[in-house]
Order: sequence, then structure tokens, then C-alpha cells
Amino acid sequence: MGDLTWIFFSAMVVNNFTLMLFLGLCPFLGVSGKIETAVRMAMANTFVLVLTSLAVWVLNTFVLTHAPYLRLIAFIIVIAGLVQIVEMVIKKLSPVLFRALGIYLPLITTNCAILALAIFQTNRSYTFAEGLVFALGSGAGLGLALALMASIRESIELADVPAVCRGTALVLMIAGSLSLAFMGFAGLLSSG
Amino acid sequence: MSTEAPHSYDAPAAPTRVRRPPSAQEDLVRGFWQENPVLIQLLGLCPTLAVTNSVANSLVMAIATFFVLVGSSLLVSALRRWIPNEVRIASYILIIATFVTVAEMGLQALVPTIYKQLGAFVALIVVNCIILGRQEAFAGRNPVGRSVLDAAGMGIGFTIALLIMGSVREVLGSGTFLGVSLFGPRYEPWVIMILPPGGFFTLAFVLLTVAWWKQRQAQKEKAGRVRDAMTEGRAA
Repeated sequence: MGDLTWIFFSAMVVNNFTLMLFLGLCPFLGVSGKIETAVRMAMANTFVLVLTSLAVWVLNTFVLTHAPYLRLIAFIIVIAGLVQIVEMVIKKLSPVLFRALGIYLPLITTNCAILALAIFQTNRSYTFAEGLVFALGSGAGLGLALALMASIRESIELADVPAVCRGTALVLMIAGSLSLAFMGFAGLLSSG
Repeated sequence: MSTEAPHSYDAPAAPTRVRRPPSAQEDLVRGFWQENPVLIQLLGLCPTLAVTNSVANSLVMAIATFFVLVGSSLLVSALRRWIPNEVRIASYILIIATFVTVAEMGLQALVPTIYKQLGAFVALIVVNCIILGRQEAFAGRNPVGRSVLDAAGMGIGFTIALLIMGSVREVLGSGTFLGVSLFGPRYEPWVIMILPPGGFFTLAFVLLTVAWWKQRQAQKEKAGRVRDAMTEGRAA
């Protein structure tokens, strides 16, 4: 049990995907303008992360033992297919949820966080439960980073920033400060 | 005479708007700066931030990406008549993933230490938006020669961006360049530059410089146009 907690918090804050490992920066920079869209994006991401973790576990246990060199190709194809299927299923079952997640679902296919989760899970040879907790933790971490960034950006909207800094440069500077803050978590788990 | 300069400067820009087929050189050079994938188009930021903590890492990453980009552009462009439109993205990703696997095995054999430092980011070239973007925007609808030139140009643009980032971060963060000490033993390295926050800050400042340069360029052009209009008005 302690192990699982460790994996969850490690993925969420200590090795936060966005701020510490630079994964999933496109949505982080792209859709962090409003807190509402940010939360939706985080939800969609977590959902796909969990599904990917399950799929990767199946692949690793039953398929890839026979052909390890096909790892990368298998992962990306499965992720792409999975996202497509999820999109169709949600569209059919819950149009409301589909409208809420909308455009973000297809974008997630090329989100590096998803593929990175698959690779990390393989490299660290996580079990089924560990993989699931890892996916939830990274999803929570992405959500945390997105929500923080979105709230900061919402309030900075009214600030008097020089025109030249507006846009991506400003967002990156905020991200740097957030990342600096998250480095404070580095010692959190090593002692425990 | 002095009013002629801005006119002759404007002249070559006009025909591109009516889609004159661009020359081979334009296909190649466009990616270096004018449409630089990282600095101008803001694509592929994950590797730009993640692997640029030293010049050597940046260089290896850039070479691997260059290889994948040119290889998949070549193949996609050669196969573009046979790839059905509905499954083109999946086909592109499959082709890209194949080249990335080749690159991964190559790096593992040739530079094992750097390969270990780059970690998962070599595999993550698959989801680098620059590569898929070029297939979708260019290689999927242009002949092989032009696609390869375009991919090479973008690859070199990516290399330029990575090297800028890597140099700044390694020089400030470790006081070295490609492992060679620059400032002697008394230099206190800014450790933060090679840690994750340093990546964000460095890219922010590089983008700031680009934005400032663009702004100056726009102001100059505007000033030129105003001067132009004034001299024309006086002539009338």
C-alpha cells in the first residue's frame, strides 16, 4: 500500500509530468487560458491515461514478450486507436460529455504525456495496480499544473505587461516559476 | 532615387501571394529562420525543453529528429498517391514510428551514454508535432524532392533552436561548452539553468528576444512605409 501511495505522489508532484519532465506542454501552453477548459482538458487526459495504462499492461503481458522491437509502434497504434474508439463511444453514449471534451480528445493522441506514460510504465515494469495508480497520479499532476497555470493566467490577463512579453514568453516564465516551486517537493519522499 | 529601394524590396514578396511555385532553395531555407519550427511556429517544445541541458544532448537529439523527419517525409511523399485520405494520419504515425525505432536502435549502439541520458525522449520523437505537422502540411501533397528539402530545412531549423538552448543552458549552468571548461575553476555554475526551471526560463528569454526582434522589424517596415507615403504625397 505504501508503495502505491509513493507512486501516486511521485507522479503527481515530485516528478510532475508537465513542470518537471516537460511532457504534455502543448495543452499546457494551448488551453491554459481559462480554468474551465483547463479542468476539462485535465479530465480528458486522465481518462485516456488510465485507459492507456490498461492497454499497455495487456500489451506488455501478452503481446510484446514475443516481439519487443515492435514496442513503440504497438504503443502508438494502440493509443491512436483507443482515442478514436473512446471518441466514438462517448459521442454515442453521452453527447453532453462529448461536447465538454470536444476537440481535446483527438488532440490527446499526439500528447507526449500519454506515450511517455506507456514507456515509463514499461521501463519500470509496473504491475497492473501500480500502472493504474501511476496513471491516476500523472493525470492528477497534469490537472494540478493546468489548473494552477490557468488561474494565474486568468488574473494576469488584467495586469499591465509590456506588449513584447505577452503570449508564450510570459506563459513560459510563469511555468518556470511554478517549476521552481515544484522543485521544493524534491525531498518530500526520499526520507519516507 | 531613395524611394525606389522600398519598392524593389516589396516586389519579390508580391508574387508569392499568387502562389508562384517556390524554388528549391526557398523550400530549404524557409525552415531555418523565417518559419523556424520552434522559435516561430512554437512546435516541438517538449524536446526543446527536456533534453537541452547540455550541448552534446541537444546535438544528438537534433540529429535523431533530423533523420526521422527527412526519412518519413521521403517515404510519405513517395507513397502519397497510395495512402487513402481517411487513414492518412495513422499511416503517417506508423511510418514515423518505424523511423524512430531505427533511430533509437542506432543511438543505443553508437552513443550509449547519451542515449541513456536522453531516456524516453528518443522514443517520444514519435509524438513531436514538428514531424507530423510537416507530413500533413507538406510531404502529403508535394513531390519527393521538395518534401525532402522542406524536411531538411525544418530539421536544420530545429537543430539551430536546440543548439541555442543547449549552449545557453550548458554555458551558464555548468560553465562548460561540449564538456570543455570555459571560465576556470572559480566559476560558480548557475545550477538552476540545467534543472527543469532553467529550461522554461531560457526558452522564455529566447522567445522574448525573437518577439523583440520581430517588433523592431515591424516598426522599421512601418516607418519605411510612412516615409514612402509621405514622399509619394509630396510628389503628387
